[in-house]
Amino acid sequence: MNIFKKTILTVLVSLLLICNVYADKVRIGTEGAYPPWNDTDASGKLVGFEIELGYELCKIMEHQCTFVPQDWDGMIPALLMRKFDVIMAGMSITPERQKTITFSQGYATEPATLAVMKGSSLESMDTPGSINLNRKGNEKILKTITSALAGKTVCVQTATIHQKFLDSGDVGSVNVRAYKTQDEVNLDLTSGRCDVALAAKASFVEYAEASGNAVITVGPNFSGGAFGDGVGVGIRQGGDDAIGKRDAKLLKDFNKAINTARKKGIISKLAIKYFKDDVSM
Amino acid sequence: MDFDLMFTSFPKLLGATVVTLKLLSASLFFGLIIGLLFAILRLNKNIFINKFAYGYSYLFRGTPLLVQIFIIYFGLGQIEYLRSTFLWVILKEPYWCAIIAFTLNTGAYTSEILRSAFQTIKPGIIEAGKSLGISSKIIFYKIQIPIAIRQSLPAYGNEIILMMKGTSLASTVTLMDLTGVAKYIISTTFKPIEVFIVAGGIYLFMTFIIHNVIKFLEKKYSFSQ
Amino acid sequence: MELLAFGKTGWGDELFYATLMTIAVSITAMLIGFFFALIFTPLKLSKYKSLNLIGNFYTTVIRGVPELLVIYLFFFGGSGAIMYVASIFGYFEYIEINAFITGSVAIGIISGAYSTEVFRGAIQSIDKGQFEAAKVLGINKFTQFYKIILPQMLRLAIPNLSNVWQITLKDTSLISVTGLVEIMRQSYIAAGSTRDPLFFYSFAAILYLMLTYISMKIINKLEIKYSRGY
Repeated sequence: MNIFKKTILTVLVSLLLICNVYADKVRIGTEGAYPPWNDTDASGKLVGFEIELGYELCKIMEHQCTFVPQDWDGMIPALLMRKFDVIMAGMSITPERQKTITFSQGYATEPATLAVMKGSSLESMDTPGSINLNRKGNEKILKTITSALAGKTVCVQTATIHQKFLDSGDVGSVNVRAYKTQDEVNLDLTSGRCDVALAAKASFVEYAEASGNAVITVGPNFSGGAFGDGVGVGIRQGGDDAIGKRDAKLLKDFNKAINTARKKGIISKLAIKYFKDDVSM
Repeated sequence: MDFDLMFTSFPKLLGATVVTLKLLSASLFFGLIIGLLFAILRLNKNIFINKFAYGYSYLFRGTPLLVQIFIIYFGLGQIEYLRSTFLWVILKEPYWCAIIAFTLNTGAYTSEILRSAFQTIKPGIIEAGKSLGISSKIIFYKIQIPIAIRQSLPAYGNEIILMMKGTSLASTVTLMDLTGVAKYIISTTFKPIEVFIVAGGIYLFMTFIIHNVIKFLEKKYSFSQ
Repeated sequence: MELLAFGKTGWGDELFYATLMTIAVSITAMLIGFFFALIFTPLKLSKYKSLNLIGNFYTTVIRGVPELLVIYLFFFGGSGAIMYVASIFGYFEYIEINAFITGSVAIGIISGAYSTEVFRGAIQSIDKGQFEAAKVLGINKFTQFYKIILPQMLRLAIPNLSNVWQITLKDTSLISVTGLVEIMRQSYIAAGSTRDPLFFYSFAAILYLMLTYISMKIINKLEIKYSRGY
């Protein structure tokens, strides 16, 4: 009997010891696999635009912050489970996500685009430089894209605005293949398993540069509609209990901090550093 | 708990179960052939053949299935030379990559199960066959193999269940099997618990069916009849 | 080879620590599994139907559902459950459970189901006379289980437990989905970052083979040691 009691006691005590309680630290969830937004370097450290921006915002808010890596497909569930307090993971603000969580104002926006390997038949696709799905009169471009994608395997990262767009039917019924990470999409675009891929433009540019593979972007830059309204900080919807109030305050703090960082030019500076282009907003 | 979501996702998940069952049956079919082949090689007296067969089973039983499927899908896809051969027609498809990985994996376990079944056949039975003037080829195909199969039914039943569960890893190489569709539904509803409970229930039901079919077969082919 | 260099440029040290993590999670999960098995084995063997039901529910569900799903369910449901319990006690702050513990418990639940089956089989093969002898001597059920049955059972169970260990060791690769940096996760990160999946996944396979080989050697030694005197 004694041994049994002791075991239970030991387990309880050790459970208490390992449950760290963070009262003041803001924990930021990020993927660490979506360069240049966020990435992991060879020493296992999280790096990238959002990592640096996150720490800058925390400095402004005078909060202590720490980044928590989380796989993309579990990002929103993990936020809801309170594994972390906010998301900074290149996550676009979309009405669909807003049903479940809330967003700060956007801090950066960057168009989505199709990409193929050099020599693909899609290379000659003739469309205007950009398309905003919020505006009218896109039928002709969408029709061109629809016929270009017909019968092709189009690869995207799972649970992204890009997958949402292809599933929406705007470009007909497409043969979509969804991967866990953008890295995997890029690999299979190179291997030839994917005929064409859809993602943030910067991730293709970054990949082509880093790998030396002949990945080129084709077609228009997409924005609006399923592509959302820029990338913001994802936060739980506030509520009346202690945590809900804290979340609501966090949202206010982040909005204020983004304003300050924008005015000081911090966001633009970081955007140019990582994207070689001012994608701040 | 969002019971509505559980109800609405059930038919979608049931549809995806077809993919899971296809993967399972194809892998088991090819795996059984490979397993039998390697079990026979293991019984070979030539030390090189023997060691080769052992090496195969050790390699695939000593590493996680997830690593195997990743090497076959993402790893082999990187070899440029491979992409120019006819093999690429097969390796290009995630479906076939998954089946190859599952086949090689279950083949390794099956070969072990069959080998030990062969080895537990009483020598008296083979001698009896020989003394009746039956050729050793016929003894092997008509006596040893049927006995070995009966002998290995319980262990093989377990292997079928393990493999059925293993097919859930197909979702890691973009296949929309039961787990893959569950993840897809979660990616739009953000409610993992509800969806995984329904998916888990379907897997559990399949385990139940397999378990009982094997039990029935065991009874039917028991020696005491 | 420079991909495996130690230090800032290579992945050698990361993979080394990841291997240690795999070993640590496997051992912890195995022990947690024993803990579960010690609770559920008596339930499964109990003469009360309701207790049987609980025991059977545990082993059937865990062994009948893909490990990946069990891990996901535990990962997403576990912290929610703990926080719900905390909220009953009026505690609404953030509780972070260390990824190592989450991972080990998730694998431990799976490992425990297999250990339970092994223990049950081992106990059932213990001579019935022993139970009767204990009864005659007036030894209570608890002492009987922990002092008489358990030690004998462990010896009988070692060969099958070595299978459970192999399953546990390989199942830790699935815990990579929760973000715990073990061999599989680290290889995944390295493969993504260097765009060389073939090399890193093959290297991961070698690391796992090494671990299974070494643990088999150790288990064989244990078997010889514990079968002494029989």
